Amino acid sequence: MQVEFTTTSLPSFLGTMEQLYVGFFETQILLGATAISFYRIVLGFVIAVVVGTIVGIWLARSKAADETLGSLVIALQSIPSIVWLPIMIMIFQSSGTAPIVTVVAMAGAWVMISNMRVGIKSVEPILIRAAQTMGYKGPELIWKVMIPASIPTFLSATRLAWAFGWRALMAAELLGTGGLGRTLMDARDFFNMDLVIGIMVIIATIGLTMEYFVFRKLEKRIFSRWGLSS
Amino acid sequence: MAEVAIENVEKTFVNEDNENSFTVFKDIDLNVEAGEFVSLLGPSGCGKSTLLNIVAGLEQATAGKVSAGGEPITEPGPDRGVVFQEAALMPWLSVLDNVRFGLKKQKLSAEEEMERAEYFLKLVHLSKFMQSFPHELSGGMKQRVAIARALALDPDVLLMDEPFGALDEQTRTMLHQEVQYIWEETRKTILFVTHNIRESILLSDRIVLMGTRPGRIVETFDVDLERPRKPSDPAFIELEEAINKKLAVEIDKVMREEIGDDYNSKKSALLYHSHRDMGDNI
Repeated sequence: MQVEFTTTSLPSFLGTMEQLYVGFFETQILLGATAISFYRIVLGFVIAVVVGTIVGIWLARSKAADETLGSLVIALQSIPSIVWLPIMIMIFQSSGTAPIVTVVAMAGAWVMISNMRVGIKSVEPILIRAAQTMGYKGPELIWKVMIPASIPTFLSATRLAWAFGWRALMAAELLGTGGLGRTLMDARDFFNMDLVIGIMVIIATIGLTMEYFVFRKLEKRIFSRWGLSS
Repeated sequence: MAEVAIENVEKTFVNEDNENSFTVFKDIDLNVEAGEFVSLLGPSGCGKSTLLNIVAGLEQATAGKVSAGGEPITEPGPDRGVVFQEAALMPWLSVLDNVRFGLKKQKLSAEEEMERAEYFLKLVHLSKFMQSFPHELSGGMKQRVAIARALALDPDVLLMDEPFGALDEQTRTMLHQEVQYIWEETRKTILFVTHNIRESILLSDRIVLMGTRPGRIVETFDVDLERPRKPSDPAFIELEEAINKKLAVEIDKVMREEIGDDYNSKKSALLYHSHRDMGDNI
């Protein structure tokens, strides 16, 4: 499939631009690869955020869970999530989307858990007491006070989860199948350095776009509403 | 039947690590009648805030009985509105939504909820700032929102824990007038914690002076002055002096404990007094 790409051993600016144009608009190989990668990161990210938030809140609220599972999370956090890929490939009997999404989710989940735990724990006690005097208690207190109060922490955590997930995705795709990472390896196999650089440009562009147009904007809005200076 | 009845209440903190215990106060008896404005006055560490928290249901008494409206107090409830020293507003909610936050638990219709929130914000003169967020308000305005939020619940008792302690003098003076106005308007039973003598005389029907080591009620002063009260009124000054004298003994005790043997308020008063006449008659 990659035969139509020209082979050059040293990348050039024009060559890179040409490869990007061809990959997106003629062969659409890059378009497909980007779509696959994006699908994986979004899926892995959503799983990380949902699981991480729930477990994080649980650890913050339950002392027993914190003392058992909490230390396990810290231990697991120190393992780069990419090293789980071989096991995941065995478990899922594939080297495609399923194991890669799992690795991406794991990369983001740890940082989500530990940040949410701290976020919930550091909600100002006075806010909780005030809500109690108005008749709030139990799960409602978590839902109506603790979670909204820790939204700024939540946002910083999602930003980290996305960044970690994105790095894990690229590493996993270099070893697995499909997506931008795999295409990058294919391009290398064909000595198509222009395409290698082209894919790196795509990776950087997606990363920057998310950072500046999604997370920064959200953070600015949330922080000003919560009265925090960012 | 008293609105708030405190009988033989004791509060002891037990340190679980070394099993040391510390008694904040004991044998506290206090009744607050419906519609009465009572101040708890005392030096820091006498447990006045702790006592208020027990009435609020945020802390539990170690011994004794506490009841509000005839019901024993076991947990916080909307029949007792609390205003803390910090406004404790939810930063993510607008002023209006902060007041409505408390009303959410009252199961009112949306219009009724809105109406009540607006009414009480008007009462504290904040109609113009309903859509503002807490961080956009001054300290005094935040405290007024907190008062409106507590009042909107239509509590039987309003508990105020040094509500103006963190404010500057002008703002505090203004809020004193506001609280008097609100009290006259709503005739709520108010239990007000303060360490400011003037504030307590200005506002309350009765002043309960608490002492420390051990925490206890030293004396109760009835304030029979006509409202609005003026700090320059001779009767006002007389009462202030009387309370000050009693309070000074208690403060002295606290300072002695905190600073140790170095402390001697009498001696330093002699040294720095402008009319000292040491040795003049020799």
